[in-house]
Amino acid sequence: MLKPVDVLLVGVGGQGTILASRILAHVGQAAGYDIKVSEIHGMAQRGGSVVTQVRMGEKVFSPLIEEGGADVILAFEKLEGLRWLGYLKPGGTIIVNDQSIYPVPVLAGLAAYPEDIAGYLKSKVRGAVVVDALGIAAACGNIKAANVVLVGVLASLLPFPEDEWLEALEARVPERFLEVNRAAFKAGYGLGTGGQDPGVGCGPAAGTR
Amino acid sequence: MRELLTGNAAIARGAFESGVTVAAGYPGTPSTEILENFSRYDGIYAEWAPNEKVALEVGIGAAMAGARALVTMKHVGVNVAADPLLTAAYTGVNGGLVIVSADDPGMHSSQNEQDNRNYARFARIPMLEPSDSAEARDMVGLALDISEEFDIPVMIRITTRVAHSQGFVDLKEPAPRPLKEYRKDIRKWLMVPAFGRLRRVALGERIERVAAYSENAGVNIVIPGDPKVGVITGGVSYHYVREVLPGASVLKLGLTYPLPAGVIRKFAAGVDRLIVVEELDPYLEDFIRGLGLPVTGKELFPDTGEFSPGVIRRGFIAAGLIPEEEARPVRQFDDMPAVPARPPVLCAGCPHRGVFYTLRRLKLVVTGDIGCYTLGGLAPLEGMDSCVCMGASIGMAHGIDRAAPGLRGRTVAVIGDSTFLHSGITGLLDVVYNNGDTTVIIVDNGTTAMTGHQDHPATGRTLMGRKAPAVDLEGLVRSLGVARVRTVDPLDLAGLEEAVREEVAAPGPSVIIARRPCVLISRQAGPPVTVDRETCTGCKTCLKLSCPAISVTDKTCSVDPVSCTGCGLCVQVCKFGALAAAEGGGNGA
Ligand SMILES: Cc1ncc(C[n+]2csc(CCOP(=O)(O)OP(=O)(O)O)c2C)c(N)n1
Repeated sequence: MLKPVDVLLVGVGGQGTILASRILAHVGQAAGYDIKVSEIHGMAQRGGSVVTQVRMGEKVFSPLIEEGGADVILAFEKLEGLRWLGYLKPGGTIIVNDQSIYPVPVLAGLAAYPEDIAGYLKSKVRGAVVVDALGIAAACGNIKAANVVLVGVLASLLPFPEDEWLEALEARVPERFLEVNRAAFKAGYGLGTGGQDPGVGCGPAAGTR
Repeated sequence: MRELLTGNAAIARGAFESGVTVAAGYPGTPSTEILENFSRYDGIYAEWAPNEKVALEVGIGAAMAGARALVTMKHVGVNVAADPLLTAAYTGVNGGLVIVSADDPGMHSSQNEQDNRNYARFARIPMLEPSDSAEARDMVGLALDISEEFDIPVMIRITTRVAHSQGFVDLKEPAPRPLKEYRKDIRKWLMVPAFGRLRRVALGERIERVAAYSENAGVNIVIPGDPKVGVITGGVSYHYVREVLPGASVLKLGLTYPLPAGVIRKFAAGVDRLIVVEELDPYLEDFIRGLGLPVTGKELFPDTGEFSPGVIRRGFIAAGLIPEEEARPVRQFDDMPAVPARPPVLCAGCPHRGVFYTLRRLKLVVTGDIGCYTLGGLAPLEGMDSCVCMGASIGMAHGIDRAAPGLRGRTVAVIGDSTFLHSGITGLLDVVYNNGDTTVIIVDNGTTAMTGHQDHPATGRTLMGRKAPAVDLEGLVRSLGVARVRTVDPLDLAGLEEAVREEVAAPGPSVIIARRPCVLISRQAGPPVTVDRETCTGCKTCLKLSCPAISVTDKTCSVDPVSCTGCGLCVQVCKFGALAAAEGGGNGA
């Protein structure tokens, strides 16, 4: 009996949530899971929120995770992590990229971007992981790999072997970006498992629990 | 091979596997990716038509000629295609004809959430409703078989959640299928009243036969369970029911027009209490009630918005079928700080922005239309007064002009290039023909941006990637009889404003074509604008542009160098010269 895994990936259009969900689904498929992935891509390119739900289990019916049902929320942006927090299962984990992208009402001074979201999340969710994915990705050679840093952290919390993730990465990332993304993944993975892989060399451990 | 496919990719795959050789459609979320996926298969033909009506007519022709045909559109597209649809039910088909209607409960990206199941009943055509990708693939083949067997077009009705969710599909290879022979038969295809009457009677008989088939259709399935409660459902709601109320008896309806009265009666007889779970209208519920069966549905589940497991759980709690304690809190975190919304906005560098800034400045009444540019109607730009349906802007402006002398000469219509070709041409013809004075601005970004940059008759390329003649918009509007036609660069605010002032004041119809390619396509990013913090007074005028690259911090404005494309609009609106386009930047300045 495969243990069900429900992951909510949230962020802002253009942050690479889709690739992250593909890698996750690839690993799940290799492990023999039934999978459903749901995403709403209406206005993603116009700076709106993007949400991808990945559900894995013996047999998955609903493509949607119920409120209070996500095992993990992988937030590519802090405000989005906060927005979707109600979806987290009691005892679930949130991984949040320490990046703020101001929505237009905030830019225009019509609304305030909440202060210290990371602190709030850490106070509410035991084991919340805050990651400087951009910094780590930059140290690995390309800030565009920030999404894969986050996938690395996610991988460290899920019950799949590291090899499967690396294989998925190979299958889903174009050849010429593979090197950087592998390093980004390992940096994230090392962070999640508590230590830094000395062989990776992607700068200082920027994560805090 | 097993692949994780979206419902849309699965429909494309199903069409390919079942021998569809002609497909047509018009883009519209959540239907667009069906044709995009289908067009990549070998040995088929696929096209974007200028609108849904034409797309369906192409499909009817292809089916008449003996091919299997697929036509795709979003729910409101069926309104546009309704004229051929309702009579194609009479003519029937030769090769199979399937129309996909992609509905959008919850209006993720639509102006209404009409329930197109009503269209199947209205037109009297069979309707299939897949609940996930695997079913979506299978139902295309089934729909084509039903279409050919019963001589009738078939509708596949999906919703956003089915279209855009991925599930496993076991791929099959396509079976070769010869073109059916075309034989002239005017009593079947020439719908003059005398023949129409005959075909109307024949339609009744054909749909009766489908109803009989429906009683044994493999897509209407009973999942046996606790006889205390029987749930009748279909589409994606089925999955929410299975998940939230796993023990219940369930009748899952896959063929939802004509409905299998016998199957429903039998199911109802075996359970103590009958509940219908369906998104949007009480379509199943009304039918079941019409059979004289006691049933609950919309008292428990809303008739608007998209369902989710949470909505279903709350409904079953209200019905007393799930104990109150099992309610899941919507929010476990009461002291959460206020979370500002993240509304979609026009992109940094979007050429539409200057048009709406100008229209707002000139305090004009602006009838708008549908596309990315509709975002120009939202605060702080607020440069649009109305948006009803594709093409509505021009007719509405003319109506305002005829109705209210006080608004004459103060009203303009704004319409996108794809939308103008979809259904704006006839509106403009009306203005010209009836001696109107309306000014129309065509915001021409050279693509159908809103739905993901599809080609259209003015882009010079087809869906299958072939070069095509690009319609000349200036020539087109001139040929309709518009004498005053001018083309402006929407990033040149002074030139744009002058053009709008003159054309609005001028008698007779005018067309202004505001032309600049979509920034997401041209990727023409110049060096970013820089801010002189000494000169900036913090007046916030630049914020009125609603540009995601501009913000005000510490009382002066700043421009994000990563997202700024150097379009130069903010440089033009700054009264203090605090913003500067870098050398080589400022496309329109
Ligand atoms: C009848 C109908 N068909 C399709 C759609 C989906 N849709 C909304 S806007 C649009 C086209 C937008 O293209 P364009 O007018 O060129 O404006 P742009 O988004 O490029 O600014 C489409 C296809 C719709 N709303 N109604």
